[in-house]
Amino acid sequence: MTTTSSTTTGPAKRSAPRFGNRQQLQQLLAFAGLVVIFGFFSFASPYFLDWANVKGILLATAVTGIMALGATFVIATGGIDLSVGTGMTLCSVMTGVFLANMGLPLFVGVLGGLAIGALIGLLNGLNVSYLRLPPFIATLAMMMVAQGLSLVISGTAPIYFSEVGGFDQLAGGELIPGLPNAVLIFFVAAAIAAVVLSKTLTGRYALSIGSNEEATAISGVDVRRWKVVIYTVAGLFTGLAGIVMASRLNSAQPGLGLGYELEAIAAVVIGGTSLRGGKATILGTVIGALIMATLTNGLRIMSIPQEWQKVAVGIVIVLAVYADILRRGKEA
Amino acid sequence: MNVNTTTRTRFARVAAATAAAVVVLALGACASGGGTEPGAEGDRPYVALVSKGFQHQFWQAVKQGADDAAAELDVEVTFEGPETETEVEKQLTMLQTALDKSPDAIGYAALDSEASIPMMTDASSRGIPVIAFDSGVQSDVPVTTVSTDNLAASAEAARHMVELVGSGKIAIIGHDQTSQTGQQRVEGFTAYIEENAPDIEIVDTQYAAGDQLKSADAAKAIMQAHPDLAGIYGTNEGSAIGVVKAVEETGRSGELTVIGFDSGQAQMDAIRDGLMAGAITQDPIRMGYETVAAAVAAINGEEVEPVIDSGFYWYDETNIDDEEIAAVLYE
Repeated sequence: MTTTSSTTTGPAKRSAPRFGNRQQLQQLLAFAGLVVIFGFFSFASPYFLDWANVKGILLATAVTGIMALGATFVIATGGIDLSVGTGMTLCSVMTGVFLANMGLPLFVGVLGGLAIGALIGLLNGLNVSYLRLPPFIATLAMMMVAQGLSLVISGTAPIYFSEVGGFDQLAGGELIPGLPNAVLIFFVAAAIAAVVLSKTLTGRYALSIGSNEEATAISGVDVRRWKVVIYTVAGLFTGLAGIVMASRLNSAQPGLGLGYELEAIAAVVIGGTSLRGGKATILGTVIGALIMATLTNGLRIMSIPQEWQKVAVGIVIVLAVYADILRRGKEA
Repeated sequence: MNVNTTTRTRFARVAAATAAAVVVLALGACASGGGTEPGAEGDRPYVALVSKGFQHQFWQAVKQGADDAAAELDVEVTFEGPETETEVEKQLTMLQTALDKSPDAIGYAALDSEASIPMMTDASSRGIPVIAFDSGVQSDVPVTTVSTDNLAASAEAARHMVELVGSGKIAIIGHDQTSQTGQQRVEGFTAYIEENAPDIEIVDTQYAAGDQLKSADAAKAIMQAHPDLAGIYGTNEGSAIGVVKAVEETGRSGELTVIGFDSGQAQMDAIRDGLMAGAITQDPIRMGYETVAAAVAAINGEEVEPVIDSGFYWYDETNIDDEEIAAVLYE
């Protein structure tokens, strides 16, 4: 296994050999959950199992899903990122400023939006690492700063991309016929995130810091510096989510975004990533996001009111985390 | 170890510098974009307005009307509201702060028509007249309520739906099931359909908090469950845009009649592009204006009508560019 360098720095109990198996089990359980939910709705409603609807579910997953990918890295370190929702909004507003107000070329504007996301993550990382703020507080503050700045910069009005040729095609177009680009972007981003988490130092150190920060530091890893890198990587996904959302709505909506962070965190947790850190899988997060979107969609198709949809998602979160605790109990 | 220390200090410096930059940026933004502080020292009467929000274009238009009236009637007006229209408690704090500044009158758009009753009594005991706007308060204290008749306005939306659809299944995407406004926009519509259109069935009513993405997802699910759906009504800007988005993304434009509520660039574009049949718009500018005008009248001890209807309009492709309509549409 290539992960030995990082995993051996963690406590002996959690060492390498079982690492892979446990992750696979986690994903298998989450996937089984998704299949059960999918199967249930397929029987419950004749309209559920239909490509148009599945496409709708995938599209509904894309934005929160991309956000959740970034959140996975932060949660892997044992941290939390509350700034992904409004941070995404700020990225979409700034993309609007770059493209619609300043008239920059599409490519530059999109890169600019990603850069704002990275900057948000960088600041989060610096605040967590060097100012030693608890991640909850640092990102809570950033959540407010981002929301405020979105409203100030946009003058509280939506910024429309109608004049920006091709912007709506970023998410709305279909490079692969029948599959909206937003979904494609989500899957590609997930693939990249999976590689980064399992094959690069950034990912390995994230997991290592999450399972034992002191041990990681003692083994010579500059923990503070790597945390900055990890939060910045998470910020990039926030930026990407902002661009996809803006493209899908063909506008930047400064009032939207608050509350999305909780959905992203829920997706990560349902996917089997531990909030205590040290344990995370991207595939799990993708499945978690799909479970939430499928559940909401299915209940909507069955005309179950919104308030019950929330109850259902809440119950799923409890079940997912409880399953994780049971599993850990057996392994210990 | 030395190397490590230098990197660390460098990072610390970067951190400090960036933090400083953010603070400066934020302060600069405050200075340029900040609101007008009440001038307690001025001789002009001071009217404090506490709205349901401020980031929506609707509230910006209300503010504009209020500012117009303030300039015309020579009064000082402040305008504030919580970030989202669900923050009842935050709004009550704002109301309390406004009361503590001892304004000459207060304009208040209640997020919750009952939660503010104690504060209404407080205002009354301090002798500060209260003007309710947008939605009423369950109290005798407000001297008047300036609002859109949402029941009548949504019945008008239903009348157009009936005209355009004739018969079949329709659905509603609501924005808020706890506020009076949100409830009435559904009630007025539903009641009209039930009384006047026996051939039209409302198959589903779902709420998505006025969030465009969630409204789109909800509308798509309803369309999926009812493939023969003939029309959808969205009860505010975000809901209506979400419905348009759903129709667009499923490639079913032309098959469904979409009717919206409120205004905004995206709804206006949708009407011009034929994606939306039409929408009801309130008159937010007049609402803001009438609120301040009523406040001034109350300060001067004049009689004020107990209810002031700020009006509404139906707009579609045919009249969207008319002068009268264009004036009340806000982008």
